Amino acid sequence: MPVTSAKHSIATPVTLSQRVVIAVGASLLGLCLVYFAGFSHIEAVHNAAHDTRHSAAFPCH
Amino acid sequence: MITRIARTAGFSGLLAALLLTLLQSFWVAPLILEAETYESAAPAAEHHAHGAEGAAAHEHSDEAWSPEDGWQRILSTTGGNLVVAVGFALILAALYSLREPKRAATGALWGLAGFAVFCLAPTLGLPPELPGTAAADLGQRQAWWIGTASATALGLALLVFARHWLVKALGAVLLVLPHVIGAPQPEVHQSLAPEALEAQFKIASWLTNAAFWVALGLLSAWLFRRSSQA
Repeated sequence: MPVTSAKHSIATPVTLSQRVVIAVGASLLGLCLVYFAGFSHIEAVHNAAHDTRHSAAFPCH
Repeated sequence: MITRIARTAGFSGLLAALLLTLLQSFWVAPLILEAETYESAAPAAEHHAHGAEGAAAHEHSDEAWSPEDGWQRILSTTGGNLVVAVGFALILAALYSLREPKRAATGALWGLAGFAVFCLAPTLGLPPELPGTAAADLGQRQAWWIGTASATALGLALLVFARHWLVKALGAVLLVLPHVIGAPQPEVHQSLAPEALEAQFKIASWLTNAAFWVALGLLSAWLFRRSSQA
């Protein structure tokens, strides 16, 4: 792992803190997407993603 | 880095969502449709089953847009799958950017972890349910679901990556804790659909989700590694 990250930092100069910020941001965006499709209380969204919710075992009704 | 995460999440999410839709259309959706025939046959019971607060949220369902059965419903389910799959793939790709998988096969392990966090652990308390199943208040169940997924994610991470045994033990406690607290349960367990259908749905849901997660893990790890060489 240290070897690959060292090589990587030469190719693209991204510091560890920048990588963490990007990773946290991407995860939060992902969670927002999942929340929107799977947990949102908006009725039209619920109806559209209804089968997705049941199939993924999200609490639905 | 951002492009790499976005590209990985977009493509692997798309492919895994298509696989999920395919599995759903042949296996899960027919069971949901069958359960809905019981639900529409007993509208009064359905109202009761949703409980006071659940029914309040559902009173508007006649006004809100809803896809018609057939291609509209399949299309909107595909859309829902796509959003969820890209969301999960973004989380996986973000984790890879911090801890790059050495082989594409490592992605299958990440996928299994995702399955454990987002499907297995929550369904231990709140089993996959067909339309028309009695359940506790939606808000409480969603809160328990989110709490369980978070605790399982953190618990697994500590258990796998921590060095000190005490921290590992803390991870194990986090895994068990939500189930000791217990999921919110309805006052009366009842379901409009027959039990055999319910059991079949649980198995169908678990297996399709497991297949989806393993596929998503493998695809995302493969694409993530591939885009570093490009």
